[in-house]
Amino acid sequence: MNTSFINEIGLTHYLVLAAILFVIGMAGVLLRRNVIVLLMSIELMLNSVNLTFVAFSKYLGNLDGHIMVFFVMTIAAAEAAVGLALAVSIFKRFNEVNIRFFEHLKG
Amino acid sequence: MNHSLLMAIVILSPLVGFLINGARYKKHSGNVAGTIATLAVAISFICSILLVVDLVAMPAEARRIAVSFFEWMAMDKLKINAGFVVDQISAIMILIITGVGTLIHLFSIGYMHHDKGVAKYFAYLNLFIFNMLLLVLGDSLLVMFVGWEGVGLCSYLLIGFWFTDSEKAAAGMKAFITNRVGDAAFLLGMFVLFMTFGTLNFSELNALAPTVAEASWLGAVTLGTMFLFIGATGKSAQIPLYVWLPDAMAGPTPVSALIHAATMVTAGVYMIVRLNPLFIMAPNTMMVIAIIGAATAVLAATIGMTQWDIKKVLAYSTVSQLGYMFLACGVGAFGAAMFHLMTHAFFKALMFLGSGSVIHAMHEEQDIRKMGALKKYMPITHITFLLGWLAIIGVPPFAGFFSKDEILAYAFNSPLGSPWLWAAGALGATLTAFYMTRLMALTFWGKSRVPSDVHPHESPALMTIPLIVLAVLSVIGGWIGIPHVIGEHLGEIPNIWEHWLHPLIREVPNMHHMEASTEWTLMGVSVGLAVVSAIVAYQFYVKSPEAPKKFAASIKPVYNLVYNKYFVDEAYFGGIINPLVNGSKNLWYYVDVNLIDKCTFWIGDLMKGMGSLSRSLQTGNFQQYAMYIGIGVVVVLSFVIMR
Repeated sequence: MNTSFINEIGLTHYLVLAAILFVIGMAGVLLRRNVIVLLMSIELMLNSVNLTFVAFSKYLGNLDGHIMVFFVMTIAAAEAAVGLALAVSIFKRFNEVNIRFFEHLKG
Repeated sequence: MNHSLLMAIVILSPLVGFLINGARYKKHSGNVAGTIATLAVAISFICSILLVVDLVAMPAEARRIAVSFFEWMAMDKLKINAGFVVDQISAIMILIITGVGTLIHLFSIGYMHHDKGVAKYFAYLNLFIFNMLLLVLGDSLLVMFVGWEGVGLCSYLLIGFWFTDSEKAAAGMKAFITNRVGDAAFLLGMFVLFMTFGTLNFSELNALAPTVAEASWLGAVTLGTMFLFIGATGKSAQIPLYVWLPDAMAGPTPVSALIHAATMVTAGVYMIVRLNPLFIMAPNTMMVIAIIGAATAVLAATIGMTQWDIKKVLAYSTVSQLGYMFLACGVGAFGAAMFHLMTHAFFKALMFLGSGSVIHAMHEEQDIRKMGALKKYMPITHITFLLGWLAIIGVPPFAGFFSKDEILAYAFNSPLGSPWLWAAGALGATLTAFYMTRLMALTFWGKSRVPSDVHPHESPALMTIPLIVLAVLSVIGGWIGIPHVIGEHLGEIPNIWEHWLHPLIREVPNMHHMEASTEWTLMGVSVGLAVVSAIVAYQFYVKSPEAPKKFAASIKPVYNLVYNKYFVDEAYFGGIINPLVNGSKNLWYYVDVNLIDKCTFWIGDLMKGMGSLSRSLQTGNFQQYAMYIGIGVVVVLSFVIMR
């Protein structure tokens, strides 16, 4: 199998992909109203960051990036748990998971 | 004993009394509070006597006990010690204040014993004595001013002593505010004198006083003394600031006797006598003082003729007699002014206490129309009051005769006086004889008009003893100042008073000796006028009680004018107080509400508007926050990259 194109894929490509994913995620966070979709968008942004970490890790030849990825995944899981709990309680209250109901949480 | 120790006891003993009674101000036992307060003043009196005895023992030209306790303030040129001095003038004052004060405290025990606030009353009374002693003993205008303000405060507290009655509280405020007007002038006077002479010490001021009379109206000495005199018109109830004293009768009667007849109101006279070398060099001020004094003496006497309240009559009489003292100061008869101050303290305190005794007996009734024939029920009060009456109308040889006639003689003879001033004084004496006789007749003589449910009775010994002592003083008090013309005929009796005060009194320039015949004539005329006037009043009010009513009806417009006190209060309200109140209201409405408030509200609204702009930063809208973060990241990144 010709795998030469793999060698032609450099760090830049990974970073560009990560940036695209990040922007897509950010646009989702900024524009969508559904909390579930927002959480997914945040996951997307976190994953784009993870991709950056792994890419840098490979090209720098150390494992720091991999370790950071585990941290990020842990945080992401925790964040998803909290976020979903909030989404559930918002849903119970308003029968919808629109982000604007979160305004009621402000002090 | 050591002089500074004695001085300290004289001054501090009433203060200690004040502190003790002040701490137990809620106690109701009049006997305990009264004993403490009376003892405090009595101790002060005894020490005063010891001081004066030492003073008398000194050689005439060096009579002066000066004590300086500590340096009170030192700023640049202004150096003021807490210094006190007993000399010929203040010696008289402290004897009057503590002596008459002790008697009045004693009287108060009987008079106030059923009052609820009796401990508070005695505390105020002691505080007053303390301040009065500061006033007369202080060796500089500033120490005097402390006492000056202090006695004003105590006067206010005691006039409004029964403050739950709004009328009495208002009388207290009137006294306080009227006095403030005078005090402002007093301060200005102090400033002018300090600017001119660089000191406020009495003896230094008197030493620095110019030797040539100052003719201009706006000269420093004239201006300074004029301001001081305006201050004196406030405290001593002279035109135009006399209106508070009659209202001050709202206070307890012993207070009227102590503060509003014998001591505080004479502070203005005392101050002028203290600074006599300065005043005598300002002939314009002297002229104003003489005219104001004479006018006050006559005006207040006319009002006194129409009053029905026993204390109001005495109050106007006090204003009138103070007018005499100022007349004396104005014509340069400073010794006579002090003399009249002393005799007046005796007989007016006596009469006020006598009226207190009457009011006590009449169950708080003060209207003389509801009295009459009290002679029967109250023999001691009647006899003592009678002696006071003889003294004030100037019958020889009672105390008032000597002092009043010395004033009249000076008014006639002094280069600063004039026959007109003498005539005004004689008119005042005539009017005084009339209204005082009227008061005697309506209160003690004639037919009884006492309501049937009131049973007058003689007052207890605690109240009559001070009356008796003061009555004796009213009779013999004048004998230390017998004029030379009379003294010669009675076997060379010297005029002790004149010798005593001589070193501190500067003679009027160009004073010429008075012919004995003139002096006799003046004396005869004024005594004759007074006696005739008294007889007329006796006829009017005892023999034919209907006559005064008919007479009053026949001159109704004049009578009404006088009865309503010449509408002076109304004029003050219409001309000064109401415009001030309205002006202040307008200031409040246009400046405060419409200008300042609006401006601040406008600034507040502006701030609020600016706040609302940045409020959108804190909506709680998660996506907005995210957008700000996003924009921030983009900005920072683009900055980093573009660099």
